[in-house]
Amino acid sequence: MGSVKPGDVEAGMNDDRTTAFPDPATVGRLALSDSGFVFDPVSGRSYSVNASGLAILRLLQKPTGLAEVVEALQARFEGDATTLERDVIEFADVLRGQIK
Amino acid sequence: MMPEPRLTVAVTGMNAVPENPGPGIAVARCLREAYGPHVRIVGLGYDALDPGLYLGEYCDSAYMLSYPSGGSDAMLARLAEIHTAERIDLLIPCLDAELPQMVGAVPRLAAMGIRTLLPDAQALARRTKDRLPELCAIADVACPEIKPITSPTFFRTCRAEGWSYPMVIKGPFYDARIVRSAEEGAAAFNAIVAEWGLPVLAQRFVAGEEYNLTGVADGHEQLLGEVMMKKRALTTKGKAWAGVTIFDEGLADAARRLVKTLRWKGPLEVEMMRDAAGRYHLIEINPRFPSWIYLSQGVGRNLPALLAEIALGRPAPAVAEPRPGTMFIRYAVETIVPLGDFEKMIMGGALSRHIDPEGVR
Repeated sequence: MGSVKPGDVEAGMNDDRTTAFPDPATVGRLALSDSGFVFDPVSGRSYSVNASGLAILRLLQKPTGLAEVVEALQARFEGDATTLERDVIEFADVLRGQIK
Repeated sequence: MMPEPRLTVAVTGMNAVPENPGPGIAVARCLREAYGPHVRIVGLGYDALDPGLYLGEYCDSAYMLSYPSGGSDAMLARLAEIHTAERIDLLIPCLDAELPQMVGAVPRLAAMGIRTLLPDAQALARRTKDRLPELCAIADVACPEIKPITSPTFFRTCRAEGWSYPMVIKGPFYDARIVRSAEEGAAAFNAIVAEWGLPVLAQRFVAGEEYNLTGVADGHEQLLGEVMMKKRALTTKGKAWAGVTIFDEGLADAARRLVKTLRWKGPLEVEMMRDAAGRYHLIEINPRFPSWIYLSQGVGRNLPALLAEIALGRPAPAVAEPRPGTMFIRYAVETIVPLGDFEKMIMGGALSRHIDPEGVR
């Protein structure tokens, strides 16, 4: 995870993008509430996310790939695959900066 | 049926200025919640305006002590007077500045029948701020370089010695200020010297977030009941005004190694900075409970009660599993003090709600 730069993600949209996601074990430690309240028991930080952010976090708590995440989101939220893919990657970038 | 003998615990640190409160009131509150009416709590303070002295819900009686600068003999003489009136079973000191004298007095306190759970003088000295790098090298814990300074000229010449800004300037017992220039450094130096005296310590700045751990060491290299906390709101002095429990095995492991290396006995607070890579750097070890110790009761790990049980030679009580995500938010509150109570404290240095303190002056 540590050697992957955001540019790597942009460079190859057909590559396996799971390496751009935070470690599932790290995301897995987060306490997620249906309200969108998120608590990290290691850092003590708390966050609030919207419904799509919460859905992404729940998906990233298990080993998964970008295509699977986008497919799961398409079933619940409006938006074309390209837009959702971009949103997921951006969200994962923010997440990696916040949760270590 | 004989009534169960009541435990009498004396607790210092009854000061509670909001920006930097002493731990004594929180320790007394923990004891009260653990033992209810089966504990008699004796509050000990150094100023007649220490609010804990007047909080009858926590302190059954209260006394003024002589300042640590008055020497061990004066402190022990005063404790002996109070002991005559109160028959203290256990003493829990809560202030850094009094710890050296208290530790030195342990054999004489024991001879009086007053129990304590405190480190020995060597362990206490090994965790002073200027010796932390030496301790951490043995305990395999990261620690920023620390340098004692005796003159503000250091801040003009420090770059030649490999120091850079920002850095942290600290007093020997209290106070820590981040300075970003020679001017700020000199101002912090002068302010700390005026309040706390020399030496002043310069500590390299560690970028990251501060995490605190408190627990009780049993004297057999075991750290018991550790509670970890991240500050969520600070006072002007950088003290926790709100916080939340966390759990990180890495932080607990580092604290265990420090306890083992020091062969620590008694309460402690470990202050660490966690850098961007998740590595913990030791900033301070305080030889007492922190002022946020009531959080331990909030997560089922009442540490003052755990200390009392160990000090009395009883088995350490079981504590709850770690409970990250429990918050505290502090608030300031006024307590009404009858002028007569204040008069007793000013004129006699004692206030007892159940025992006539006559003779204890």
